[in-house]
Amino acid sequence: MVKVTVDMDVCQNHGQCVFAAPDIFRIDEDGRLAYVASPDAALRDDAEDAADVCPLQAIRVEG
Amino acid sequence: MAGAGIAVVGASLGGLRAAEQLRAAGWRGTITLFGDEPHLPYNRPPLSKEVLAGEAPASGTQLRRRPSVEDVEWRLGTAVATADLTARTLTLADGRVHPYEGLVAATGVRPRRLPLPGGPPRHVVRTLEDSAALAAELVAGARVLVIGSGFIGCEVAATARTAGCEVTVVAPESEPMVLAIGEDLARALRHRHEARGVRFRMGHLATALTPRGAVLDDGTELDADVLVEAVGSLPNTEWLAATPGLDLTDGILCDAHLRIGGLPHAVAVGDVARFPNPRYGPLPRRVEHWSVPGDTARHAARTLLAALTDTSRDPAPCAPLPSFWSDQFTLRLQSFGQPALADRAELLSGDPESADGDLLYGYYLGERLIGVAALGGPAAAAAAARHRAELMTLPEPVV
Repeated sequence: MVKVTVDMDVCQNHGQCVFAAPDIFRIDEDGRLAYVASPDAALRDDAEDAADVCPLQAIRVEG
Repeated sequence: MAGAGIAVVGASLGGLRAAEQLRAAGWRGTITLFGDEPHLPYNRPPLSKEVLAGEAPASGTQLRRRPSVEDVEWRLGTAVATADLTARTLTLADGRVHPYEGLVAATGVRPRRLPLPGGPPRHVVRTLEDSAALAAELVAGARVLVIGSGFIGCEVAATARTAGCEVTVVAPESEPMVLAIGEDLARALRHRHEARGVRFRMGHLATALTPRGAVLDDGTELDADVLVEAVGSLPNTEWLAATPGLDLTDGILCDAHLRIGGLPHAVAVGDVARFPNPRYGPLPRRVEHWSVPGDTARHAARTLLAALTDTSRDPAPCAPLPSFWSDQFTLRLQSFGQPALADRAELLSGDPESADGDLLYGYYLGERLIGVAALGGPAAAAAAARHRAELMTLPEPVV
């Protein structure tokens, strides 16, 4: 299991993570970020990619 | 040569990501990162916005570094003067020679300067120091003349206007950022800037600078206390100029796997790399979007490691989906794909006449959607993200 956390005080809804890891991140109809906090381990690389592309560097990947 | 490790030239986003991706791909050997700036890798987008506005400390721009790069050797404040890609050595500005097994070129770009002498105090925005120097001049009432209307020009104009400056933008194109987002969305962007007090003199060039400001090609004189040069960038390739056979026309020409000049032990990443992206045809291009250093670093690291370990590399070419964003006033401009290559733009949602409201445009090459760009708030970004699957679809391979 991978643990994903997003600092929602920092997130500005750029949506770059949605493109990098659509199985973990999505933007809801109101334009707010929603994400899977404990994605399958197979998605680790996607999660790391999403953390890399976040313009605010608000995504943390652990485990 | 064995044990000399991998040298990464350039210690900004591309260089950092390259080091991280080399570790992720299994490289346990030495990695040495050379950077001519004295700083650890930092994030440049805030330099024309939050840092320039004094809203965020420069110290807050340092990029997240994966734990895997804790043992890399940082040679900061150390410029590389030349490289010998056959002998696999770098010569540093101080004359020392550094041998390597594998090379990553990540030297990025520097601001192009106006070919005009004189003028009021002149600024560019590329480094932390640049941003701090300009920030000191953006006091309420200052007359700021911005030459150029691309990303930096528009962002600086918005930041300066927000700070209470009198801002005029001069550029030869028809609309600000028109090359990146097309005529219709660019016009809407200009209207929103004008509604907030920025003046534009589009379709004009500065032909002379004086201590009091600039003279335009129609003879108009514009008074300015501060001049910002935002007229594009030049790839930093001079250190490779002595290498025979390299094509350094507008960046370092790379193959589809980001190898430099077909050499097995040298790759390029980020702004400085010119490579074919099969999403958009065989023509090699340089893409100065924030997302590209990360995407190219991943591919280039695998290419380089395959060469160093004599194993087969991933046969798929590097095919990143470019994307960019730009924050101007409270507006977010967001793009996925490659709108610049489209032959037509279509309004997908929103009212272009509205002074606020979200706008979403689709960009087509023939019938194929190759880009979307949104202007507005977060909902516009969400609308753009809904087109992800379509944008990610690769075209039939071009033979």
